[in-house]
Amino acid sequence: MPVDSPSLSSELVEKAHKIGAEIAAPHAAAVDRDARFPTEAFDALRKARMLGAFIPQAFGGMGCSIADLSGVCTALAQYCSATAMIYAMHQIQVACIVRHGQSAPHLRNYLTQLAENEWLIASATTELGVGGDVRTSLCTVERTGDRFALAKKAPVISYAESADDILVTARRAPDAPSSDQVIVLTHKRDMTLEPLSTWDTLGYRGTCSLDFTLTATGHVDQIVPQPYAEISSQTMLPTSHILWSSGWLGIATAAVNRARAYIRAEARKNPGKTPVASVRLAEVVATLHSMRATVNDAVQEYMRVADDVDAVSSMSFAIRMNNLKINCSQFIVDIVSQCMLICGMAGYKIDSQYTLGQHLRDAYGAALMINNDRILGNTSSMLLVSKDD
Amino acid sequence: MIDRIRDIVSQHGRLTTDVAQLSDTSDLYQAGLTSHASVNLMLALEESFDVEFPERMLRRRTFETLANINEAISELTGSAA
Repeated sequence: MPVDSPSLSSELVEKAHKIGAEIAAPHAAAVDRDARFPTEAFDALRKARMLGAFIPQAFGGMGCSIADLSGVCTALAQYCSATAMIYAMHQIQVACIVRHGQSAPHLRNYLTQLAENEWLIASATTELGVGGDVRTSLCTVERTGDRFALAKKAPVISYAESADDILVTARRAPDAPSSDQVIVLTHKRDMTLEPLSTWDTLGYRGTCSLDFTLTATGHVDQIVPQPYAEISSQTMLPTSHILWSSGWLGIATAAVNRARAYIRAEARKNPGKTPVASVRLAEVVATLHSMRATVNDAVQEYMRVADDVDAVSSMSFAIRMNNLKINCSQFIVDIVSQCMLICGMAGYKIDSQYTLGQHLRDAYGAALMINNDRILGNTSSMLLVSKDD
Repeated sequence: MIDRIRDIVSQHGRLTTDVAQLSDTSDLYQAGLTSHASVNLMLALEESFDVEFPERMLRRRTFETLANINEAISELTGSAA
């Protein structure tokens, strides 16, 4: 059970703002321009022991909650979207091991080392030839005695080159059907990573999400014992959607803060004359509050059902988590667009204190990281039989 | 009843293994049942037995084995296996 500590919560979010403002922010433009990993921010996060935040205290971590992680992601994203997204992706992997690996001695030991060393874990759940359907794998785990080998062509492995370990999905065995999957903890030291192309995108440039051929070997104890289907619905999917949406909320918050500052500056220049975009600002703040409520509601719901296997594996919960992602990916684009209208040329220019270019570019990635149409397709399938909300 | 269920699974489950080779307790997910196919299976079962699965039964466990499906349908139709 995560520690219910309001003081830990506010302490973590404060730390995130401090690291964001003092370290992530000054380098954010370079991280974006050069499409490079935010090294400085992660050095600071490691020093503050925030990579191990979700690991239970019994293993040496902070034992924080998903609500805390959500707050941290929202805070970090206000300064550097890549830092927040990488932090989110890492925590999603940690959550899978914390929630599903504790029955395995090897993985329990790993949690202790993870907390001590502040290792960074990446994720390889998609596969070339499959597309964004994370519940289908072509590659397989091959066991020989107590050793395994696997090889995967992954279209996206964010920050792979900067990670210490990678959680990889694959078919359970060579004769297993494509939906019968496991997730495996692979270590950099036992792995080769061959980049297949480059990462040169409109937004989220610092996440370094290149495609790779990954080959790895290891001990069979590195294979998380529970079927990936269960890990996916109980942990990976809800945690992903919550922490991604939390990051998007941070970007939206930053954009709105710029719009607010712009309007205040305009008002001060001409006291008594209401700036043209004042009403639009009022509207966009209302939309931001809706987005914030959407994220918080999902966090509370997940915390309510996280340890109830039946509830957390239900179709109605899955639909709610799908809709969180759909709704927030639309909110962020709407909010940033409105802020651009409010700031006008000051927002459109890059060499401006009110620049919104990166916010806009990052915002358009939200609907694509697992394409919304795929998610809506999954929801529509469930709605053929799911009756309750 | 379980034979009727076997037929329906064979037609709609899109398993990678022949249903005839599966025991009543074989893991259907390991035999290739996907989330998408399980929805089609649920629809076919609802149609064939004229039942509606309540939300609590729309779980992986319910469709994990032929025996589990049989138990669920029996409960809904009020008849013994």
